[in-house]
Amino acid sequence: MLSSTSQASTPTPSTPQASNPAMPTPQASNPAMPIIIGAGLAGLSAALSFARAGQACHLVSPQESERAQSVMAEGGINAALDLMGQGDTPAQHFADSWKSAAAITDPNALFGMCEGAPDVVRDLIGLGVPFQVEQGHMIQRPFGGQSKKRTCYVKSSTGKALVGALIDALRRYEAEGLVIRRTSSELVALDVDEKRCVGAWLCSTRTKQIEHLEGPVVLATGGFAGIFGPSTTGSTTNTGDITALVFSQGVKLANLEFIQYHPTTIAIPGKRMLVSEAARGEGGRLFVMRDGAPWYFMEERYPELGNLMPRDVVSREIASVMADPSCENCVFLDMREVDPIVWSRRLGDLRDECIRLIGIDPATEPLPVEPGIHYSMGGIWVDEQHRCSMGGLFAAGECACQYHGANRLGGNSLLGAIYGGKRAAQTVLDELAQGKLPIKPTQPLEVRQAAVAFNPGIFDISRDEVEREQTIQEILATHLGIVRDEKSLLEGIEQLLKLDVGNSVRLRRRVLLAHACMACAITRIESRGAHCRSDYPDTNESLAEQSVVWPGNGAVVFEFRPLPGLRAESRRVLQEENLQVDGLDENDSTQGTEKTWKGVPF
Amino acid sequence: MRKLLDVARLVPPEMKAFRQVFEYETEDERATVASALRELNARPRLLDIEGNEAAVISWECSCLQKKCGACAMIINGLPRLACDTRLAELAGERVTLDPLAKFPVVADLVVDRDAVFTKLRDMGVWHDNERSLLTQDKASDWAYEATRCLQCGCCLEVCPNYVPDAIFGGMAAMNPMARLLEETPKAERKRLARSYKESVFGGCAKALVCRNICPANIDIDRLLSRANARAVWGRH
Ligand SMILES: Cc1cc2nc3c(=O)[nH]c(=O)nc-3n(C[C@H](O)[C@H](O)[C@H](O)COP(=O)(O)OP(=O)(O)OC[C@H]3O[C@@H](n4cnc5c(N)ncnc54)[C@H](O)[C@@H]3O)c2cc1C
Ligand code: SF4
Ligand code: SF4
Ligand code: FES
Repeated sequence: MLSSTSQASTPTPSTPQASNPAMPTPQASNPAMPIIIGAGLAGLSAALSFARAGQACHLVSPQESERAQSVMAEGGINAALDLMGQGDTPAQHFADSWKSAAAITDPNALFGMCEGAPDVVRDLIGLGVPFQVEQGHMIQRPFGGQSKKRTCYVKSSTGKALVGALIDALRRYEAEGLVIRRTSSELVALDVDEKRCVGAWLCSTRTKQIEHLEGPVVLATGGFAGIFGPSTTGSTTNTGDITALVFSQGVKLANLEFIQYHPTTIAIPGKRMLVSEAARGEGGRLFVMRDGAPWYFMEERYPELGNLMPRDVVSREIASVMADPSCENCVFLDMREVDPIVWSRRLGDLRDECIRLIGIDPATEPLPVEPGIHYSMGGIWVDEQHRCSMGGLFAAGECACQYHGANRLGGNSLLGAIYGGKRAAQTVLDELAQGKLPIKPTQPLEVRQAAVAFNPGIFDISRDEVEREQTIQEILATHLGIVRDEKSLLEGIEQLLKLDVGNSVRLRRRVLLAHACMACAITRIESRGAHCRSDYPDTNESLAEQSVVWPGNGAVVFEFRPLPGLRAESRRVLQEENLQVDGLDENDSTQGTEKTWKGVPF
Repeated sequence: MRKLLDVARLVPPEMKAFRQVFEYETEDERATVASALRELNARPRLLDIEGNEAAVISWECSCLQKKCGACAMIINGLPRLACDTRLAELAGERVTLDPLAKFPVVADLVVDRDAVFTKLRDMGVWHDNERSLLTQDKASDWAYEATRCLQCGCCLEVCPNYVPDAIFGGMAAMNPMARLLEETPKAERKRLARSYKESVFGGCAKALVCRNICPANIDIDRLLSRANARAVWGRH
């Protein structure tokens, strides 16, 4: 985090500036140039897709791509390449992901991603990602919730290797002037004209100068789990502020109640460290001490997939045995039986990290683990083509609500970020070709600017925001935990509404986002995937719909929105492979049911 | 454990340079320079050792797990990652924190490392053909080793030959180049080899001062030797 001394004041606007004069920027002032916000895997992938199509674009991020949360990904990326000779297919990848998503994601988008996955990975191989090779052949590992070995990986640093390869690939287009990097620059507001997005207001993290760019905007700003504060596994820069900002500007969000608790995390100073699912994929076993002996509860309760059940299930089981009075209050991950060759060839980084950060060598001693906040399945609502609810605006990667439904499978988000970035870029290219983009603003710039309050920089937390920020985090952690109930959620909302945020624009928006998360959680009176309600433990088939929220007239407006059915040609593929998949029927209604949560100031 | 964090300050917009000392106490043996800075900045009021109200300390971080290179700074005179430096392992009570010295300071401990990335662009660090395929276990291990570079700049701080904006790019330039060289067949290596010779080989004295400082522990000497063999001597 780059914390600056400046208070959360609105930076002074200046005249629009040209980009880095050292680079050829023929299209710098062209309003048809897409503006990508965020330079993690989703942003890099979108930029590469534009550049390959000869379309110039801006790539905006407060820090270099090397610093994005994407570099932290360890375990791998899924694609049904069937390198392990198990007869894997994209349709099976779809079936596993759909099951885990519990029917509340767009099945056509998901089908498209699973079908596109082998090409995504082949492209990455072409760019030189050193995927794990053994005896001359690339290999894949098993991962939670998957029926086949489908996860491609680079030791335990997959994200770092993918980001590195995309950075290098993009650099060539930067040199050609096709990709204009705007590093140390961040989004402080969307430029909205008549409810359509026509550009972006950016602010330099160094000079605090405001800059305005006109053009279609692709959001790739990562997950919003950071509103939970330091109890997460991700980067300190994924604060959720951009999701909160665009929400307050009228952009619809979806499925906010689905927050993934990763089953195996360990507290380290200032954050939680993730113990990758690869640890279990390579043979790690969970146990708890009961009556003086280790009880391998996952293996007993789920004889088929055992420790590799989907994350929501494992997290809940850990929480349940920890609460069980006959068990000791600590769950361990036992990796003592992992082969020494696996340690050296595939899990070396993980082992080093455990020794360095927690002082335990997992090869000789079990690791004490507990579930921690890891991933936001929900986020900015997008359609199959990655269009947001606001015209001229697109979103991809973890900031978007796409592909994962109620629970993301490990290895599907790196894929979702790269495939989604590509897909979003393709939609923008199509709309540019059809003349639907760029959208011409109708109001003068000054009028648009006067209508918006700029977000303070994500790094510019002021002294008086610190304490209240922590209060929001505590409210969320207490009332939006792994298991929820109505009473506690109502209390949480009440506390949020009582919170005095002073004149902080950022905190007002964060409260609004936190409130929207709670509104989703309270309205979904069932348990599904990562959303577990103790007062409604069963899944209610009639709620197989997305939770969609938007701000309307001083309130959070909520609706359950039905999803489309899977297209006939894709169903045929499933049938041909004899895959039984539930919940894919065409919905007869497309009308949502609306519910308004009153009383939120924003 | 009690530590005195002695921080070089440069506070915008006035950019007045001074030093400020903060007291930090913790029972946690695993506390790092990064966790201390975060805790200081999270205090509702930050007071220096003399009781004066202090502005938030500007510094950069992201992963807090030695994976992103954002938090590089000079700690007790040596370039290190704040999130990978435990307070308990630093001798004495006083811990001095300064920004990396080879780059322009933006504020306090934050520097502008743009030169590192501009260098890579000017060197043309990319594949000409997007169809690399690594099938030898060993080659892929070396390509992997090269991808581990964090672009943090610690090696550049100690390198006697590195100056930003000059031809020589140091180890931060060698690593990404080494990956490309590993993956490019001999017949197609000409452009990369030329650039490598000019911006890495030509400037490096090979005394490997950089090796021991690299927080990622990259096996720089062997990687360098492989890259030299490929780019300069045309082997493999
Ligand atoms: C520890 C860890 C391990 C993981 N392991 C795996 C795994 O093994 N497999 C898997 O599939 N997934 C994994 N994930 C999830 C996966 O890494 C992420 O979901 C994915 O990388 C998200 O990519 P992204 O491009 O959407 O976002 P990010 O990589 O988070 O990038 C966000 C970008 O937005 C920028 N940004 C932030 N604020 C602003 C602003 N105001 N203006 C402009 N830009 C801004 C940031 O600087 C950054 O460049 C893991 C996640 C974590 C935390
Ligand atoms: S070997 Fe010496 S000259 Fe070469 S990069 Fe390292 S420190 Fe610099
Ligand atoms: S070689 Fe090591 S010290 Fe140098 S930039 Fe890379 S990671 Fe940092
Ligand atoms: S914060 Fe990422 S390396 Fe220290």
